[in-house]
Amino acid sequence: MTSAEATMPFLTVRGLSKSYGGFRALDEIDLDIQRGEFVCFLGPSGCGKTTLLRMIAGLDRQDTGRIALGGVDVSTAPPAERDFGIVFQSYALFPNLTVAANIAYGLVNRRMKRARIEARVAELLALIGLPDQGDKHPVQLSGGQQQRVALARALATSPSLLLLDEPLSALDAKVRTRLRTEIRQLQKRLGITTIMVTHDQEEALAMADRVVVMNRGRIEQVGAPHEIYRNPASAFVADFIGAMTFLDATVEGERALRVGSVALVCEDGRGFIPGSPIRLGFRPEEIRVGNVTPGDVNALEVRVQSLEFLGSFTRARLEPSRDLGGSLVADLSANLSGDLGLSEGQYLYVALPPKALRAFPQASATSPPQASAASAT
Amino acid sequence: MSAATSESPRVAEGAPAIPLPVVLPRAVRRLSERAVATGLIALMGGLLVLIIALPLGALLIKSLEAPSGGLAGLDNFRTYFATPTLVEALTNSLTIAALCVMIVLPLAFGYAYALTRTAMWFKGLLLAAALLPIFAPSLLSGIALTYILGNQGLLRGLLMGHSVYGPIGIVVAECLYAFPHALIILITALSLSDGRLYEAAAAMGTSRLRTFATVTLPGARYGLVSAAFVVFTLVVTDFGIPKVIGGQYAVLATDAYRQVVGQQNFPMGAVVGLLMLVPAVIAFGVDRVIQRRQTSLLSARSVPYEPKPRRGRDQAFLAYAVLVAGVIVATYGVAVWASFIRYWPYNLALTLDHYDFGAADADGWSPYWNSLIMAASVAAIGTALVFCGAYLIEKLRTFAAGRMLAQFLAMLPLAVPGLVLGLGYVFFFNAPWNPLNVLYGTLVLLAINTLAHYYTVAHVTAATALKQIDPEFEAVSASLKVPFWQTFTRVSLPICLPTVLELAAYLFVNAMTTVSAVIFLYGADTKLASIAIVHMDEAGATASAAAMASVIMATALGARLILVLVNRGVVHRLQRWRRREA
Repeated sequence: MTSAEATMPFLTVRGLSKSYGGFRALDEIDLDIQRGEFVCFLGPSGCGKTTLLRMIAGLDRQDTGRIALGGVDVSTAPPAERDFGIVFQSYALFPNLTVAANIAYGLVNRRMKRARIEARVAELLALIGLPDQGDKHPVQLSGGQQQRVALARALATSPSLLLLDEPLSALDAKVRTRLRTEIRQLQKRLGITTIMVTHDQEEALAMADRVVVMNRGRIEQVGAPHEIYRNPASAFVADFIGAMTFLDATVEGERALRVGSVALVCEDGRGFIPGSPIRLGFRPEEIRVGNVTPGDVNALEVRVQSLEFLGSFTRARLEPSRDLGGSLVADLSANLSGDLGLSEGQYLYVALPPKALRAFPQASATSPPQASAASAT
Repeated sequence: MSAATSESPRVAEGAPAIPLPVVLPRAVRRLSERAVATGLIALMGGLLVLIIALPLGALLIKSLEAPSGGLAGLDNFRTYFATPTLVEALTNSLTIAALCVMIVLPLAFGYAYALTRTAMWFKGLLLAAALLPIFAPSLLSGIALTYILGNQGLLRGLLMGHSVYGPIGIVVAECLYAFPHALIILITALSLSDGRLYEAAAAMGTSRLRTFATVTLPGARYGLVSAAFVVFTLVVTDFGIPKVIGGQYAVLATDAYRQVVGQQNFPMGAVVGLLMLVPAVIAFGVDRVIQRRQTSLLSARSVPYEPKPRRGRDQAFLAYAVLVAGVIVATYGVAVWASFIRYWPYNLALTLDHYDFGAADADGWSPYWNSLIMAASVAAIGTALVFCGAYLIEKLRTFAAGRMLAQFLAMLPLAVPGLVLGLGYVFFFNAPWNPLNVLYGTLVLLAINTLAHYYTVAHVTAATALKQIDPEFEAVSASLKVPFWQTFTRVSLPICLPTVLELAAYLFVNAMTTVSAVIFLYGADTKLASIAIVHMDEAGATASAAAMASVIMATALGARLILVLVNRGVVHRLQRWRRREA
């Protein structure tokens, strides 16, 4: 590999746009993906993530824009000319062929020797942990097993890019978690550049090197999972990844905000002009509950409006005594809520740590995409 | 663009503004796959243009020609509507068709209701009995009626002095013939019902009559409309029955035949053909709209309705169904029986003489063999063509314009009555300027015409089966660099094997029984069995006509039986992969 190739992104997308009728499914998408990366396209249905994946695969054709794969411009190339393997939510296993024949499907066509094909199939069956299931038909396997076979089939021809279109969405929760770990380990072992489309933020955060958050045909943010969670670039990202409570606020000074009649200290100084309206956001697990005195920074008196027991944590809805223009949501770990012994109707003090408060422009896109968007996924 | 999305997205850092790669992919081998796909779609479209669009175009043009040649514009249509005898045939046809709709619809609805909404016994047998007319040429019901209600008929007293040769005979025979077609549609409509609606109605204490009026009827109304149009069109365009039992009563179909074959007035024949096209086209349009709505009635969460036994109702419907099935089976049975009778009704001794067709028609058994060869080739070649065509249209992504044209042309024949298509074939394939006129009068053209005639139903069947296959199969194959034709032979075709056999049986049965489309097209040595029936009946050899019709019916039923056996045996074994157990 020359040094130029080493630094060049493996996949380059520039100015990619696609409209269906009046609906803009993709709007000027620019994206680079490095060799060996695991990237997740994350967003609500209709955000364009599947459209983008299908365009990279060549299954749908963009209106404008270019795509380069491994240094080759494939903007107009049909799928067969692009070097990728793909796995769909529906598995798309050929029902009339055995598991082994499914995996060998792309190999048979390459005039490989029979013995070599068999060896490769056996190797892949071992890789996905189904070494003795080659003679079965797909209908005899469970959903998780079928999806593993689909994965093996996609990997059989050793493509340089693996595309996963919501591969786990049709599976039940337990299988899903297990398979996502397996896929991630496999990907690391093979070092194959992988793009996965998902609407499940937990999945994206758990698996990806980088997450591409999409909304309304645009990329809202690209970054490592912790980056996206800690520093969401927009109120949309903040709301979509994890939970976030939003309040309308006004900038008073360098680090000073006013929410309703309450003055708050905020460290997220993103250069907002004093006097301008902003949206203030914070995560439910960041609200400090317990051991708060009225003199603490950003301390508020609240009344416990409702408590929702969610197993490992309890979600509390808190009504501030002074007007904030909305109620607060706080997540308390099982230990903490046990220690505090909270009950509904109780009054207590909570604090909003200045580091946890994030300021967003007032006109951020937090509203869900239009109904028509649903058809694009 | 709303303010909400005006925020600029964050681009991956350090990305150059313009992509650098300049290497172009090696496209030589893959270009050929695209080229093959485009070529096949073009071939398919071209073929459909040749066998469907051009003949219909020829018919249209012919209707605007003067009988002596040259362009007449709409003169032919003016002449038509200014000639009382011609207009009479039109009003006769419409009256007969309307009457048949009014008779068949309630009868078939009751029968379909019995089969789908009651727990009566013998459902399978009663369904089979009601479908019997589909396996015989339409004119067999006419022939049967001449035996039952004709001048020497067993029950002619029922008519109280009226003659069966005329409107009465036509209406009764057409009702028998059209009954199963309406029945199939209504069974489908009544099966598409959500059982939960009935449970909800029962939970609210709704009376049975009110449930029927508020749940059952609205659910089936699209089916009723669709069935009404189908019956209307079948009756208006049927040629066999009025020919056999119509007497002097003129209808459109016999008029078209008379204009073309009798008077050689081709432009006027074309005008009559176009008039027959009108109800068929309307029916086609209505049906398309209805089908779009019908599907939305059922959601994935619907629970099919399962009738619970209720003695009084079940027995009443059983009595009704047995009565209707009895009339159908008895009518066709009489025709078969009569074909074995020495001299109806005076000498009821059994004989095989009428099966010695040479005595009644110079061609003897050869029309039957012609029919068999023709039907078998339509089944074999037609099935391959229809299925491959449906695959090209449904599964390929290239040449969208070509696929749309092919799709349109594949749906068109449903709106074109056989007689009209046959006329179009006469005008197109018998034209002196057409190099293909060497085909005229050959079995090849008869087979092509029959395929075109029944193309739509076969195509829709194939397309429906293909649509149920995961649409991502082609995407997966492309990613594995396997060309589509390999996926077609290794996956799509094996999965659709039962449908393919169904197509073959459908085409075979219809090719055996059709009269209307081919009546203009046969040659001296290529007369078909169904046409021989018309000729023998014309010559007064009614028993031989009945015999030939019985042979056709037996052959068609035999083909159906073979399909059932093949499905049970071979397919069941080949399709082990459908079953969960190893």
